[in-house]
Amino acid sequence: MNIEAIIRAGLSTGTILIFAAIGEILAERSGVMNLGLEGVMLVGAMAAFKTSHVTQNAWLGLIAGILAGGILSLAHGLVSIHLQADQTVSGLSLTFLGTGLALVLGEGLTGLNVPTLPNVDIPLLSSIPGIGRIFFSDFNILVYVGYILIPLSWYFIFKTRPGMHLRAVGEKPSAADSLGINVYGTRYLYTFIGGCLAGLAGASISIAISSGWYSNLTTSGQGWIAIALVIFARWNPIPAAMGGYLFGMLRRFTLDLQGPMSILGFRNPFFYDHNLVFFLQMVPFLLTIIALLWGSGAARRKRLGAPTALGVPYVRGERGM
Amino acid sequence: MKAPFKISVEKRMEEIPKWMPAAISLGAVLVAFIISGIILLFTGSNPIRIFRFFFNAAFGSWGAFSDILVKATPLIMIGTGYCLAFKMNIISIGGEGQFYMGAFFASLVVLVPLVPLDSPKILVLSLMALMGIIGGGLYGLIPGVLKAYFNVNEIITTLMLNYVAVNWNNYWIFGKYSDAGFQMTPTFDKVAWLPRLADLSKNIPFFSGITLHLGVVFGLIAAVLIWVILKSSRWGYEITLIGDNPRAAEYAGVNIKRNILLVMVISGALAGLAGMSEVTGVVHRLQERISTNYGFSGVIVAWLAKLNPLAVIPISILFGGLIVAGREIQPSGLSFLIQGLTLFLVISSDILLRYKIRITRRQEKAL
Repeated sequence: MNIEAIIRAGLSTGTILIFAAIGEILAERSGVMNLGLEGVMLVGAMAAFKTSHVTQNAWLGLIAGILAGGILSLAHGLVSIHLQADQTVSGLSLTFLGTGLALVLGEGLTGLNVPTLPNVDIPLLSSIPGIGRIFFSDFNILVYVGYILIPLSWYFIFKTRPGMHLRAVGEKPSAADSLGINVYGTRYLYTFIGGCLAGLAGASISIAISSGWYSNLTTSGQGWIAIALVIFARWNPIPAAMGGYLFGMLRRFTLDLQGPMSILGFRNPFFYDHNLVFFLQMVPFLLTIIALLWGSGAARRKRLGAPTALGVPYVRGERGM
Repeated sequence: MKAPFKISVEKRMEEIPKWMPAAISLGAVLVAFIISGIILLFTGSNPIRIFRFFFNAAFGSWGAFSDILVKATPLIMIGTGYCLAFKMNIISIGGEGQFYMGAFFASLVVLVPLVPLDSPKILVLSLMALMGIIGGGLYGLIPGVLKAYFNVNEIITTLMLNYVAVNWNNYWIFGKYSDAGFQMTPTFDKVAWLPRLADLSKNIPFFSGITLHLGVVFGLIAAVLIWVILKSSRWGYEITLIGDNPRAAEYAGVNIKRNILLVMVISGALAGLAGMSEVTGVVHRLQERISTNYGFSGVIVAWLAKLNPLAVIPISILFGGLIVAGREIQPSGLSFLIQGLTLFLVISSDILLRYKIRITRRQEKAL
C-alpha cells in the first residue's frame, strides 16, 4: 500500500466523475436535471471506443464520445423543456435508453484493443520536486483537462455574465425571460454541454483512463455517483471535484486493501477470506449515501439548496416560476 | 407564401377520453419497435427477421408463453410496489435490491435452516414468503427513513442500495453457502419449491413442462389489493393527495413522514416477495443474477401502466415477452433498448394528454 499510488489513482479515476459531475452542475444550474448520466456516459464510452476502433484514431473517438453524449442529452432536453415531461422519469428513461443503445451498438466490441489517448508529462511543472511527480507526470492527458476544467467552470458559473444568465434561468426563469434571456435556448445549450461532458466522462473510461469496453459494466454506477456528488457539492464544481478525487482514492484504497497479508501488524481479513472483498465493493455506494446524508444536513443548516427552478418546466405566462 | 395548414397546440380543457392513455401507451410500444428496427438496420442486421424470431421465441408455444408469465410474475409484484410509491411521488427505484434481499432472507429459511426441513411444505413456504416480505420491507425502510427524516434523495439511495444488495448476496453465495465453490447455493430441498403447473402433468398431460408457478397468484393478489387500496380506501386517497399536492396534504393533517415509511416498506415488501417467489418458484436456490433487471423493468412497467396496478398485469406480460425473447436473440441489449425507448416515448407522448394538437386549414381572407 503506497500513499502516492493511491493519490495518483484517485486523481486519475476521479477525473471521470468530475467530468460527469461538472456537466451535471451546468445542466442543473439551468434548471434541467439529467438523471440519465449513467446511460449517457455509457453511450459516450461506447461511441468513443467504437470510433477509435473503426478509425484507429483515439482523438476521433474522443470527439465521437463527446458528441454522442451531447446529442443523446438533447433528447432529454426536448422532453423536459418543450414537452414539459417529468424530468425524473425522463432522466431514468434516458438511463435505460442509453444502456440499451450502448449494448446494441457496442455488440462485439468487448475485448478489442483500440488506440487510446496518450499519457503525458506537463513540461516544467513535472520537474517540480515531489509535487511534479505526483500531480503532473505520466497522467492521461484528460486528467490535466480535468485540472483546468474545475477552476474554469467555477469561474464561468460564478464570475462571468453568461454564467450569471445560466444561474438566473435556473433560479427564476420568468425574471430571466423578462430581461430578454432566452430561457429555452439556455436550457438546451447547457443540457447539451452537460451531455457532452458526460460523454467525455464515458470516453475517458473507455479510451483513456481505464481503457476498455465491458458492456454495461463499463460505467458500473459512476453516473449515479456523479449525480450524488452534485447534490453533495451543492452545485459547486470545486467541492464536487474534491469529492470526485476522494472517491477515486477510496476506490484504489479498497483495491489495495486486498493485497497485503497484514495491515499495521494485524492479520488482513481481506487477504485470508477473499469473499470479504464483496463488502469492500459496497463501500463506494455506502459512502455515497453517507455523503448525501451529510450533505443534506449541511444544506438545511445553511439553507443552501438546489437551483429553485430545478426540474420545473418553464411555460411563459404560466403562474409559478 | 404561408403553408395552407396551421398547427397549433392548445391546452386540453375537457376530460381525456378513457381509451386514450392506453392507446398512447400502445402506440409508444409500437413506435419503440419501429425505432429499434431502424437502429438494427444501422448495425447491419435484418430487423424483420429478428422481430419475427423475437415473437416466436416469446409467443410461439404454450411453453414459451408460460415462460413469459414466469418472467412477468416478479414484474407484477415489483411494478405494483412502484405504482404505490410513484403515486406518492416517491421515486424509489430500489426494486432490484429489495428483490435480492427478499430472495436472501427467504433462502435463509432453508440454508440455516430456520425450520426442520421435514416440516410441512405449507409451513416452510409460508415462512419463506414472510421472510422475503421482511427482507424486502426492511431494505425499503432504509431509504424511507433517509427520505422522511433526513430529506435524502431517494432515487440515489435506492440505486446505491441496489449495488450494495448484489454484493451482499454475492458474499453469501460465493462464501458461506456456496455449493462446492460454485457461485450458487445447493439446490433447495423440494419442500421449498413453489408448486408448478408441471406438477399436475400426471393427471393433466397438457401441463407437462409448463413452468408457471404459484408466485403468479401472489402477484395477481398483490396487484388487485393495491389497486383496491389506491382506488377506494382512505389511505389510498391520502397517498394520492400527497403525490398531487404535499402542502395541501399537510394542511389536511396527513402525516407525510409516516406515509413515506409505509409506502417504502410495502413496495419493498412486494419486491422482496418477488425475490422469494423467484428462488422458490424458478431457480430453487440462491445464485447470482437471479434478476434479469426486474427492478429496472418494473419502473418502466409502472409508468406505462400509468401507475394503475391492474394495468401493470398485462404490461408485465408484454415485458415478460421482451425478456424471454431478449434471452435468445442477438444483440443482447435489444430488449433493454426497446424498454428504454418505450418509456421515453410514453413520457414524451404524455403531452398529448395535456395538450391537443390541432391542424386547421388556414382561413382564406375574404375577397
